[in-house]
Amino acid sequence: MALATRTDRRPSLARTVWDSTVGKKTVMAVSGFVMLLYLVAHMIGNLKIFFGPEEINHYAHWLRTVGEPFMHYEWTLWLIRVVLVVAVVAHATSAYQLSRRDIRARPTKYANRKAGRSFATRTMRWGGVILGLFIVWHILDLTTGTVHPGGYEHLHPYQNIIDTFSTWYGNVVYIVAVVALGFHVRHGLWSAAQTLGVGSRSRDRALKTVANVLALLLTAGFVAVPVGVMTGVVS
Amino acid sequence: MRLTLRVWRQKNADADGAMSTYEVDGISRDMSFLEMLDTLNEELILKGEDPVAFDHDCREGICGACSLVINGDAHGPERTTTCQLHMRSFRDGDTIDIEPWRASAFPVVKDLVVDRSAFDRIIQAGGYITAPTGAAPEAHAAPVPKPDADLAFEHAECIGCGACVAACPNGAAMLFTSAKVNHLNVLPQGAPERETRVLDMVGQMDEEGFGGCTLAGECATACPKGIPLMSITSMNKEWLRATRKAGRR
Amino acid sequence: MTTYADYTTGDPVADTKAPSGPVNERWDTRRFEAKLVNPANRRKQTVIVVGTGLAGGSAGATLAEQGYRVVQFCYQDSPRRAHSIAAQGGINAAKNYRNDGDSVHRLFYDTVKGGDFRSRESNVHRLAQISVEIIDQCVAQGVPFAREYGGLLDTRSFGGVQVSRTFYARGQTGQQLLLGAYQALSRQIAAGNIEMHPRTEMLDLVVVDGRARGIVARDLITGKIDTYFADAVVLATGGYGNVFYLSTNAMNSNATAVWRAHRRGAWFANPCFTQIHPTCIPRTGDHQSKLTLMSESLRNDGRIWVPKAKGDDRPPNEIPEGERDYYLERIYPSFGNLVPRDIASRAAKNVCDEGRGVGPGGQGVYLDFADAIERMGRKAVEAKYGNLFDMYQRITDEDPYRVPMRIYPAVHYTMGGLWVDYDLQTTVPGLFAIGEANFSDHGANRLGASALMQGLADGYFVLPATINDYLARNPHKDEVDDDHPAVQEVVAETEDRLNLLLSVDGDRTPDSFHRELGELMWEFCGMARTDSGLRKALERIPQIREEFWRRIKVPGTGEEFNQSLEKANRVVDYLELAELMCLDALHRSESCGGHFREESQTPDGEAARRDDEFGYAAAWEFTGTGDAPTLHKEDLVFEYVHPTQRSYA
Repeated sequence: MALATRTDRRPSLARTVWDSTVGKKTVMAVSGFVMLLYLVAHMIGNLKIFFGPEEINHYAHWLRTVGEPFMHYEWTLWLIRVVLVVAVVAHATSAYQLSRRDIRARPTKYANRKAGRSFATRTMRWGGVILGLFIVWHILDLTTGTVHPGGYEHLHPYQNIIDTFSTWYGNVVYIVAVVALGFHVRHGLWSAAQTLGVGSRSRDRALKTVANVLALLLTAGFVAVPVGVMTGVVS
Repeated sequence: MRLTLRVWRQKNADADGAMSTYEVDGISRDMSFLEMLDTLNEELILKGEDPVAFDHDCREGICGACSLVINGDAHGPERTTTCQLHMRSFRDGDTIDIEPWRASAFPVVKDLVVDRSAFDRIIQAGGYITAPTGAAPEAHAAPVPKPDADLAFEHAECIGCGACVAACPNGAAMLFTSAKVNHLNVLPQGAPERETRVLDMVGQMDEEGFGGCTLAGECATACPKGIPLMSITSMNKEWLRATRKAGRR
Repeated sequence: MTTYADYTTGDPVADTKAPSGPVNERWDTRRFEAKLVNPANRRKQTVIVVGTGLAGGSAGATLAEQGYRVVQFCYQDSPRRAHSIAAQGGINAAKNYRNDGDSVHRLFYDTVKGGDFRSRESNVHRLAQISVEIIDQCVAQGVPFAREYGGLLDTRSFGGVQVSRTFYARGQTGQQLLLGAYQALSRQIAAGNIEMHPRTEMLDLVVVDGRARGIVARDLITGKIDTYFADAVVLATGGYGNVFYLSTNAMNSNATAVWRAHRRGAWFANPCFTQIHPTCIPRTGDHQSKLTLMSESLRNDGRIWVPKAKGDDRPPNEIPEGERDYYLERIYPSFGNLVPRDIASRAAKNVCDEGRGVGPGGQGVYLDFADAIERMGRKAVEAKYGNLFDMYQRITDEDPYRVPMRIYPAVHYTMGGLWVDYDLQTTVPGLFAIGEANFSDHGANRLGASALMQGLADGYFVLPATINDYLARNPHKDEVDDDHPAVQEVVAETEDRLNLLLSVDGDRTPDSFHRELGELMWEFCGMARTDSGLRKALERIPQIREEFWRRIKVPGTGEEFNQSLEKANRVVDYLELAELMCLDALHRSESCGGHFREESQTPDGEAARRDDEFGYAAAWEFTGTGDAPTLHKEDLVFEYVHPTQRSYA
C-alpha cells in the first residue's frame, strides 16, 4: 500500500526565496553583484579626475544624457539610481534579517573563543554597516551637496571632489569606507559565487584570485582620488 | 598527567548551567578523551556526586554520538571525533574547557548532552530515496559512473554528529544538510525526487531555527569526516535549480 | 542442594514452521502458506520494534510500508546511530557478477560449513536466496557501494572465501547500509506511519495470556517509565558481546531486552557461541573502555609473528629474522596468515600464554607489513590499507609503516541469541527476534560480511513476510491497558528494580562490577574453555551478583537523565546472562566454531566436533535467577551439506 509522504502544495517562487535562508542569501548575492558592477563603473569614472576638470565635468553631464534621444534628460540616471536603491535596500534588509536569525541561532558563546576565520569574513556585518552609513554621507556630500564642506556646485564634480578631500575628515571617512569596501568585496564576491552555486573545487582558486584582484583594484582606484588631491596631483 | 577540567554542568534543559572545575590525576597519554572523562566520573560517583553526562556510543569514530567542544573547538584540537582524540594531544598541567554543542536548535539536555533531533527531522523532510522494499530493480540496471559514485560516497560519509553546527558562528546546519542532498542528488536513483528533496530539506532546516550560512568555513574545518565546504555550494546550486523549476510549474 | 550447573533436560524443541521439501523451495512454500492480513486491516494492528540497527531499521520501514502501525524504540539519541554503523568489511551476496562460480547454493554451502554445522539448513538457504535482493534494494535506496569504472558494482573476496561476493563501500559498508535503512525509516516517520521513540530503553516485556503484547520502557531523558502495547513485538536489539566488558561493541549495546524476554519465557539458544575477532587493537591499560577492530583484510598482506624467546622485550625492528616465529605460517603452512578467525585468535592466545606476547601486558602479537611494503611498495600498501593504518596510528601513536602493528583478539559478535523458529518467532507467541538478537543463521561461527546480510534479510524480507501469518491468525481483538494485572506486575517489578539500584548506596560503581565480570568471562569463557574454568566461573558469578546488590552505588534519582542508572541496570542482566553462557559452554563439551573446549581437540590441536552427541542447538528455558535452567535440544538435520571436520593444516 503506497502512502503519500508529501504534499504537493508549494508556496510561490517569491515566497520560497524570501522565506528561505538560502533564498535571502541569493537576494544578497544578486543585489551585491549589481552594486559591484556599478562600483566598477563608478571607479573608472572617478579616475577621469586625473585628466582635468573638463573631462570629468563633461562625464558628469554625459551621465545625464545617456540614452537620448530615446530617454529624456536624466531618465537613465534615475533608472540606475532606482535600481541601486532597490539593490541596497534588498541587500541590507536581507543582511539584517539573516544576522538577527544567526545571532538567535547561536545565543551562547563558548568560554574558550577561537579566532579562526579570516578578517574579511568576520567583518562582513560591521563592514556592511560602515558602508551603509558611508553611502548616506557620500550622497549628502557629493550628490545633493547638503553636507558639502565648500560651496557645492551642481555638475562640477571636479571642484566638489577637491573640496571634500581638502578636509581631514573627508579623507578619513572616505578611505576607511573604501578599505572596508575592499574587504567586503573580497569575501562577498567569493561568497556570492558559492551562494549562486557557480563555485567548484576546480574553480575555487581562480574565483578567490578574481575576488582578491577585484577588491584590490577597486580599493586602489577609489583611494587614488583622495590621495591625488592630498598630494596635489589633482588641484 | 594531571589536568584541570572546566566542565559545563547543567542539571536539565530548564536549569541554568555553569562551568565547574575538577582536578584529575593519573591520566595516561594513551587514554582517549572519553576514557579520561570516565575516570573523572568514577571518582565523582564514589564521592556521591553527579557524574558528568555526555553522549558516546561506538567509540570508534563512526556513530556520531560524541559531541564535546574542547577548548573552543568542536571535537577538540585534532580533526577527528571526540572519542578518537587521545590525551597525548594535551600536556601535563593543562586546563581544558569542555562544553556542549552550542546552538539554539540543539538545546542542552543535561551537562554536555544536547538534543540533535532537528537533524532527524531534516532527513525526514526528504533525505531519502523513495524505494519501498521489494520494488527495487536489479542492482546493475542503472550503472553509476565511478566519479559520481565516489562523490556520492564522499558526502554520504557524514556521521550526523553536529560538529558543523557547533563550530558555525551562526549555528547553521548547511554542511549537514548539503551532505545528504548531494549524496542523493548526484545518483541516478535520487533524480526523480531531486527538486523536492532539496527544497523540503532546506525548508525544514530553516524551520528548526538554524542560522544562515556566511561561508565562514568553520564547519568544514571542524568536520571529522572531511565533508568539503564546496558541498554547500553544490546544494545552493541544487536549490536554485529546484526553485526555478518549481516556479515554472 | 542443586546448583546452577545441575540443569535438567526438557522436551526437545522442533522448528515447526519450516516447510519440508527441497531446500530451495522452502521459502516460497512458507510464503505461500502464510496467511495474509487484509491491507485495510493492517492500520489497526500495531507492531513494536525495539532497535534501529540494520535489522530493526529495515523491519520498521518495511512493516510501515506494508501499512502496519509501527512503534519503534532506540536508546540512542537518533535511530541513525545503532552499532551496525561500525561494520567495516562488506556484505555478501550470491550475485555471481564475477562469473567466478558463485551461486546461491555455494553461499548456502559456505555458510553452513563456516558455521561448523550448528545452524539450520532451511534458514541458511533462505538467507543465501535473499542475499541477492538485498543488494538490489540497497542500490535503489542510494547506498553508494564501490563501483568499477564501467559504472557497475565492485566486489571483493573476504574472509578466506574463494569467490568474490562481498559488496562494500570503502571501509564503511555498515554505515552506508544503516543510513539506507535509517532513511527509509525516516520517510515512514515523516509519513506518520512510525511513531519513533529515541532515547527510550526497553526494560521489560509485557506478556498477557501467553502472548507478547507490549513493552515497558524508560524515557532516558525524564526517567519516566511507560508502557507501550501492540499486537506483536519485534526485538532487534543486537548481540550480547558486552558481557565481556571489553569488546568491539558500542559502549551502550546491551542485553537487557533479550534477557528480559528470556525471563518472560523466550528460550535462549547457544549462548556460548561467541566470535572472537583476531585483528583488534590491543588494550593499553586498565582505563580501556572498549576495543577497536581493524578489518581482517589486513591479514591478506601482513605477516603475524612473535619473538621465539619468552620475555624478549627488544623493539620489534631489532629482533633478527631468525629469532622471529611466524607461527601461523609455521603451524598452518597451506593457509598461513589467512586461517579462519577462530583459529587465528586461538593461536595468538596460545603464544601469549606461553609468555611470548608483545606490547603492554604481553597481550599482543605483531602484524608486520615490512615484507608487503618491500614487495608492493609503500604507495600500494597505502592505497590498500591507508585508512586502517591511519586509524591504528591515531589510537596507538605508532607508525605502522615503520613499526609492526600490534594486534590481539577481541569479542566481536555473538552467534547465540533468542531461539526462533523459521518465522523468526520466539517461544513466546507474538515475540519475534531478528538480526544478531536471534540465534538462527550462523551456527557456531559467523563468516565475514555475513552479519550485515542477515540483519537486512531478516528486516527487509523475512520478518515482514512471516509476521503477517501471526497477525492474521491472531487478529486484533482484546485491548490491553495499564490496569491489566499482568501489566501492573511487570511495571512494578521494573520500578522496584530501579529503586533498589538507587537505594543500595554502596561503595562500588556499575563499571567496576562490569569490568570484574568481563575479566572473569574473558578468562574462563573466552577463546578457550575448560570444564574446571567454567565451573570456577559458575561459582564466582553468583558471588559477584550478591556483592553487586550489596555494594552498588548509583548516584542521582530515577526521575532524570541518569547514565549510571542505565549502566547499573544493564549490568544486572549481564550478571545473569553470563551464568547461562558459562553453563552452555560447560554442557557443550565438544569444540565447534567459536566455542573451543580444550578437552575436545584433535591431536594437532584443532577443534574436535562431536556431531553424534552435540549435533543440536541448545535452547535454554529460564526457571528463576540462579536456578538451574531447562535445556531443550533442537536436532539439526543436514540433508544437503554433509558434516566434515574442518582442516586448515
